[in-house]
Amino acid sequence: MTRSVEPGAGVEPATAVSPAHGLSRRGLLGLAGASVAGIGLGVAGDRVALAVAATPESASASAVYPFYGEHQAGIVTPAQDRLHFAAFDVSAGTTRAELIELLQDWTVAAAAMSAGQDIGEYGAVSGPYDAPPEDTGEAQGLPTAGLTITFGFGPTLFETVDGVDRFGIASGRPADLTPLPHFPGDDLDAGRSDGDLCIQACSNDPQVAVHAIRNLSRIAFGRAALRWSQLGFGRTSSTSTAQATPRNLFGFKDGTANIKAEEPDVVTEQVWVPATDGPPWLAGGSYLVARRIRMTIETWDRTILREQEAVFGRTKGAGAPLSGGTEFSEPDFTLAGREDEPLIGAAAHVRLAHPAQNDGTKLLRRGYNFVDGNDDLGRLEAGLFFISFQRSPAQFTSVQLNLAKHDALNEYIRHVGSALFAVPAGARTGSYIGAALFA
Amino acid sequence: MPRAFRSASLLGVAIVGASVLSGCVANDPAATHAALTVESTETSCAVSANEAPAGNIRFTVTNSGEQVTEFYLLADDGLRIVGEVENIGPGLSRDLVVQLDAGSYFTACKPGMTGDGVDRAEFTATKTDATATVDVDVAAQIDTANINYASYVSDQIDQLVTGTDAFAAAYVAGDDDTARSLYAATRMHWERVETIAESFGDLDPKLDLREADLEEGQDWTGWHAIEKNLWPAEAEAGFQAYSAEKRSTLADQLIGDTATLDDNVQGLTFTLSQQTNGAIGLLDEVATGKVTGEEEAWSHTDLWDFQGNVDGAKVLYDGVRSILQETDADLATSLDAEFAALQKLLDAQRIGDGFTLYTDLTPAEIRALADQVNALGEPLNHLTAALVL
Repeated sequence: MTRSVEPGAGVEPATAVSPAHGLSRRGLLGLAGASVAGIGLGVAGDRVALAVAATPESASASAVYPFYGEHQAGIVTPAQDRLHFAAFDVSAGTTRAELIELLQDWTVAAAAMSAGQDIGEYGAVSGPYDAPPEDTGEAQGLPTAGLTITFGFGPTLFETVDGVDRFGIASGRPADLTPLPHFPGDDLDAGRSDGDLCIQACSNDPQVAVHAIRNLSRIAFGRAALRWSQLGFGRTSSTSTAQATPRNLFGFKDGTANIKAEEPDVVTEQVWVPATDGPPWLAGGSYLVARRIRMTIETWDRTILREQEAVFGRTKGAGAPLSGGTEFSEPDFTLAGREDEPLIGAAAHVRLAHPAQNDGTKLLRRGYNFVDGNDDLGRLEAGLFFISFQRSPAQFTSVQLNLAKHDALNEYIRHVGSALFAVPAGARTGSYIGAALFA
Repeated sequence: MPRAFRSASLLGVAIVGASVLSGCVANDPAATHAALTVESTETSCAVSANEAPAGNIRFTVTNSGEQVTEFYLLADDGLRIVGEVENIGPGLSRDLVVQLDAGSYFTACKPGMTGDGVDRAEFTATKTDATATVDVDVAAQIDTANINYASYVSDQIDQLVTGTDAFAAAYVAGDDDTARSLYAATRMHWERVETIAESFGDLDPKLDLREADLEEGQDWTGWHAIEKNLWPAEAEAGFQAYSAEKRSTLADQLIGDTATLDDNVQGLTFTLSQQTNGAIGLLDEVATGKVTGEEEAWSHTDLWDFQGNVDGAKVLYDGVRSILQETDADLATSLDAEFAALQKLLDAQRIGDGFTLYTDLTPAEIRALADQVNALGEPLNHLTAALVL
């Protein structure tokens, strides 16, 4: 039995012809004479105009971050509240030219959505009546809500695990872009790991973020397909000093010592790949590490407060290091209490993750809390979707190795997904994401 | 029922080729069609401008009157309909998107949907450098496609009738091996024209209802009721093999309902939009029921149905392909490639005259089929708008 759809039902055989399909091919029909009175330039579904007209509920709703620029948005951008992250595999048989066209189409669509517009020539509701709408439409009436869309290239885009150079770009593969090593305690699910391409969509409105991934997935059909995706409902890091420090699902403030946009020297030193690091196409880019970290929160919740604070090395309320002070006080790892035991224990998370314990290495963390329903044992499928941006994957590897071996937190967490992507620099207006790689 | 297609409105319509657009990135991602507004009242049809550059033009028609209205764009003879929007309720707006060749046209509204319309006015599409036009007389091609498709449907139903008779005979005789061997191959004829068969009200549920779709207390008849009896291995505990009497009743009804279907399709004619939407509908069937393995819960012969739906969609597409090549060559190229890629995946699962059972497919093979259904579905769903003018 199948859905009963009468052939031709509801279709009136006389409305319109199709627009050109292929977003990157739009916009080339000149409009000489468009100044004639009464003719507007058709811009479908411009939500910015709507948002400006309406009284903005808050700055977070009306925020607009430009897509084009020196670096991709969504890295030092003040961390938005919501995430939809997606990893894609390029479809078998896709050619280099088709991959480039996909990146072009994605770029055009991402720029439109970042600017608060529907995608396509006619958007969600203004197109030919007998054609499927170009834009899926669920973001109509919503503000941009600070949407950023960030693209990354996985190791397998350059070379498959069997060593096949599908797109003639193996020579452009960064030496550092190799799968992350196995860390002690890793329990990785291949279905939640890796991928040829990734898209991080962040917004202060969950539906705006989902709309972005949904439409970009649709654009990719036939060229790339979703491998895995992850929703995040609450940011766990601040990337600006203007933001309050949020809490992870353990109830602790997270990301207090994160790299902030207001520290340009640190960002330059720790986040962006300089031209001297190579390869040339990645200059101004970064590396994105994603880790799906499952928390056994039921066990955690019945752990005594003393243990919880000892595990983190911070107070649960204010987030101050156990060595004293306030949230933003530098931890004193030597300060000892009774029996000469350091107040911040040897296995405390804040100690092991601190730059002082990692040769000064810092990561720009941009993670999100997630709860994906529950498992078969009635436990919340909850955790932290960790995202970090860094100049080199080695920064993450060294910190994570330290954590995986010693962190007291390991009793309550399990890394179940892992991926590494090279994040190209921002696209110039008129170009596309990753253009330098294909030049 | 959909109205008859007015082929006259297609005669000589200039169709703008999309192939002038080539694959480079637009500097300005904003939309570039000309956008005009039309306000329709009881007595007026106010268009915001009386000319626009040839190419993509969007008229946003707002009904400010109190009756249902229509908006027409007519050729320079004032008779031939180039584009129209109908059934615009009071207070509503609807868009008409057209690609216009340079030339003279008329605009008019028809509040109340009767008479000659009100406020007829001249409208000019001015020449631009960017548009290239191809004049196509497609009416004859459409007529041919319609006739060919009607005969395809008739032929498939004939084969379905013959196959059903043999299947039912074996089933009633208790020759389950023969019945099982005929089951999937016979159903392929049904699947090839499934969207047509579905258009006849309650015939579809009588013939093709799955157990999961039953309402409480509803009689279960048709192919899948027999399927469960023939492949009882995965049935629930306590499932009783049917009695000879029940077998006979089910077989008789299957034959009878199929004969009714055969009667219904005789002399059937098809419009262009029925054909294009039929192709779209068949692939939707694949995407929702076949690629998930839900259709053949007991026999797991989903790939036979899959191939049948794809066969039917391909026949429909092939019927209109020559027209599409004139109106949107890029779309034709894309559909050619995606149909071929899907067929290649299906061919890889052929075993003798049949296919791999759904339950023997690896997750990776199912995923590849699903991905390719998506890859074909996106361009295929533009077929109606690309052809039905």
